[in-house]
Amino acid sequence: MSVATAPARKTAGQSFSDWANAHRKWLFAAPAMIFVGILIIFPVAWTVYLSLTDASGSVRADSDFIGLENYLSVLTDTDRFWPAAGRTAYFTVTALAVEMVLGMCIALLLWRPFRGEKWVRVAILLPLVATPVAVGMMWRLIFDPNIGFANQMLGWVGIPPQPWLSGVESALPTTIFIDIWQWTPMIVLILLAGLTSLSEEPDEAARIDGANAWQRFWYVTLPLMMPTVIVAVLLRSIDALKTFDILYATKGKGGGSFNEVETLNIYAYGLSFDYNKYGLSSTVLILFFLIIVSIMFLLTRRRKGTP
Amino acid sequence: MGRKELSRTAAVLTALALGLTACGSGDDGGAEGSDTVRVTVANHVWTDTIKEAIPEFEEETGLKVELTQLGEDQLSDQYNVKLNAGSDEIDVMMYRPLQEGRLFADNGYLADLTDRVEANADWEWSDFQEGPVTATTFEDKVVGVPIITEREVLYYRKDLLDAAGLEVPATMEELEAAAKTISEANPGTAGFVARTGKSAAVTQFSSFLFSFGGDFIEDGESAVSSKEAKEAYAFYGGLINNYGPENVSTDMSWSEAMAIFTQGGAAFYTEADSLYKNATDPAKSKVADTVGFAPLPAGPAGSKPYNIPSWSLAINEASQNQDNAWKFIEWATSKDMTMQIQQGGVPGPRASVWADAGGTSTYPEDLAEAISISAENGVGHDRPLVKSVGEAREIVGAPIVAAITGADSDAEADTAHEAFEKFLEGEQ
Repeated sequence: MSVATAPARKTAGQSFSDWANAHRKWLFAAPAMIFVGILIIFPVAWTVYLSLTDASGSVRADSDFIGLENYLSVLTDTDRFWPAAGRTAYFTVTALAVEMVLGMCIALLLWRPFRGEKWVRVAILLPLVATPVAVGMMWRLIFDPNIGFANQMLGWVGIPPQPWLSGVESALPTTIFIDIWQWTPMIVLILLAGLTSLSEEPDEAARIDGANAWQRFWYVTLPLMMPTVIVAVLLRSIDALKTFDILYATKGKGGGSFNEVETLNIYAYGLSFDYNKYGLSSTVLILFFLIIVSIMFLLTRRRKGTP
Repeated sequence: MGRKELSRTAAVLTALALGLTACGSGDDGGAEGSDTVRVTVANHVWTDTIKEAIPEFEEETGLKVELTQLGEDQLSDQYNVKLNAGSDEIDVMMYRPLQEGRLFADNGYLADLTDRVEANADWEWSDFQEGPVTATTFEDKVVGVPIITEREVLYYRKDLLDAAGLEVPATMEELEAAAKTISEANPGTAGFVARTGKSAAVTQFSSFLFSFGGDFIEDGESAVSSKEAKEAYAFYGGLINNYGPENVSTDMSWSEAMAIFTQGGAAFYTEADSLYKNATDPAKSKVADTVGFAPLPAGPAGSKPYNIPSWSLAINEASQNQDNAWKFIEWATSKDMTMQIQQGGVPGPRASVWADAGGTSTYPEDLAEAISISAENGVGHDRPLVKSVGEAREIVGAPIVAAITGADSDAEADTAHEAFEKFLEGEQ
C-alpha cells in the first residue's frame, strides 16, 4: 500500500466543499435564481416569443413566426387597444387621485387619539378584507338599474333612477367608485403608519411660529410625509393598473356590450380566453408590461430624487 | 406589475414546455383504467338531476365519479387552460357543441366516439335526433353525445293578456302591438323583455333573424347587413327600446332577463324552452301561476326558432380513462336517464322519449305543444357556425345593442358586415 503518502489526495467530499466555498455566493443564491428563472423569466420570455407568432386556436397547434406584425396591428388598433389603454390610464389616475386625497384626509382625522378610535379603524378597514370578485358582485346588485338598492335610495329622496353600471358613460366612473370604496383603506393604513412615525418637533416649532393648521399641513407635515406618500402611490398604482376582478365581476366579458369598461387587462384576457388569439394577447400583455415598467421606473426615480 | 397577468397566460405554456402535463397522473385518478371517472359539468338543471342519480351509477359499476361543477364562463376558461396544456385531469366533459365544438374538435381535444356509439344496440344511437347528432359530428366522426336540446319559445303572462283582452300573438306584428298595448296600460311593467348583452343576445336574436328570412352567414359570406337582417335587428332591439323595462341595461344574459320576467316586470319574454322551470317554479317565480308558453311568433318568413343541442358530453382525448368515461356517458344518456331528466324539466335529444307520452307528461301542455311545433320548423343553429364563436358573436351582436339603445342599427349592421367579412376571411 503506497497511498498514504503526504500530502494526502483530497477526497470527493473535500473537493466539493472547496468548490462550494469558492462559489458560495452563487450557491446560496441558486434556489432564488432558479425560482425567478422558472416563474418569472421563462413565462415572460415565452410570452415574448408567442407575441412574435400567429398562435391561435390552441397553443399546441402549429404557428408561424411573423415578427413584429402583431405589434404593428395592436399599435395601430384604434378600435380596441388604444381605447382600452386610455381607459386603463383614466381608471388608474382617477382612482389613485381620489384615493390619495381621501386617504390623507381620513388618516389625518385618525392621527390624533380619540374615543372609539379602535372601532373606527376596524370599520374603515372592512372593505379591504373582502375579495374583489365578491365586492364586484355585491356592488353589481346594489347598482342594478331595476331592483338595485342604490336607485331605491335615490327614489326615497325623489331623484330619478340612474343607470350606474348599465350606462355607457357612467359604467367606468361607477367601477372607479367601487375601487375607491375598496382600496382607500389601504392608503389610510399606509399614511397613518407614516404619520405616527413623524416626530412632533417640526410641527410644534411651526405652531410656535404662528402657522395655522393648513400651513402646518402643507409646509411641514406633507413634505415630511413625501416618502410614505410615494410608497403609497407606487403600491396603489401598480394595483390599480392591473385591476381585473372588479371590472370582470361587474361588467363581464369585453367590459360590457360597448366595451365601456374594457381596460388592457380585460382586453388581453378576452383575446386569450374568448377569442383564443394567443399571439395577439401576448403582444398586448408585453406592451402593457412595458408601459407599467416604464411608469414604475419614472416613479422610483422620482422617489430616489426626493430628499 | 403586469407580471401577474403574464404568468397567468404563461402558466399554461410553462406547464406545457416543461413537460409537466402529466403531473396529474401521480394519483390513482389519472392511471389507465382508473376506478375514478372525473366529470366536469356546467351549472344546469340537467346537472342537478344527474348528481342525484350518480350513486346508482357508482353502485352498478363499482366506479367512483368525481364531479366538478362550474358556471358556463368558468367552464370555458377551465377547458381553455387544461385542454390546451394536454391535461388528462378531465375524463368526461360537458361542452357546448355550437360554441366550442368546432374549435375543440379541430384542436384534437375530443376523442373519436364513432365506434363506441355504434357498439351498443340497446343504447341506440339512431334514437338521437338528427339535428343534435349533426352538431356533435365533426368530419364524419362522432365527437360528442347530445344531452340537452333547446328551442326558443315565447313566455307570456296570461293575466296581462286577459286584462287587455288580447289573444296570444301569432305573428311578430301582433307581438309588437300587444307589447305596446300592455306596456301602455300597465305603467312600470314592460311589454317585452329579452337578453340584451352584445354576445348573450345573439342566440335568442337568431330566431328573429331566421323568422325575418335572414341568417348570419349565407354561402360562406357575411349576411348581417342584408335587408332581412337589418329588419330583424331593428325589430328585436326596437321591442326592447320601446316597450322594454325602464333603464334597461345592455348587459343582460338569461338570468337577468328571466329575473325581470319572473318578478312580474314584463308581459312577453322570448327565451330557450329548457329554462322554463325558472318561470313555473313558485319558489323562483312570482308569476308561476300565470305564465303561458307559445311558439315563437311568425315573422315575414314564418316562425323559425332555432332547434339546437345546447350541451353535449365528450371524452377528453388526453384522458387515460376513456373506457370508464364512456361507461359514464352511456349511462347518463341512456333512454331511462334521458326520460328521467326530461321529466325533471330538461328537454332531451332522444326521439323515443319525445314520442312517449311520459316524456312530456310533466310539461305544461302549452309548452309541450310549442316545443313540438318548434322542433318541426326549427333551424339547426343559433349563432354563426365558425371556429372562434366568441369573437363572431361580439361582431354580429353589435347591431342588436345599437338597436336596443335606439341608435342607428342599420349603420351598425353595415359596420358589423365589414368586420364579419374580415373575420370570415381570417377563419379560412
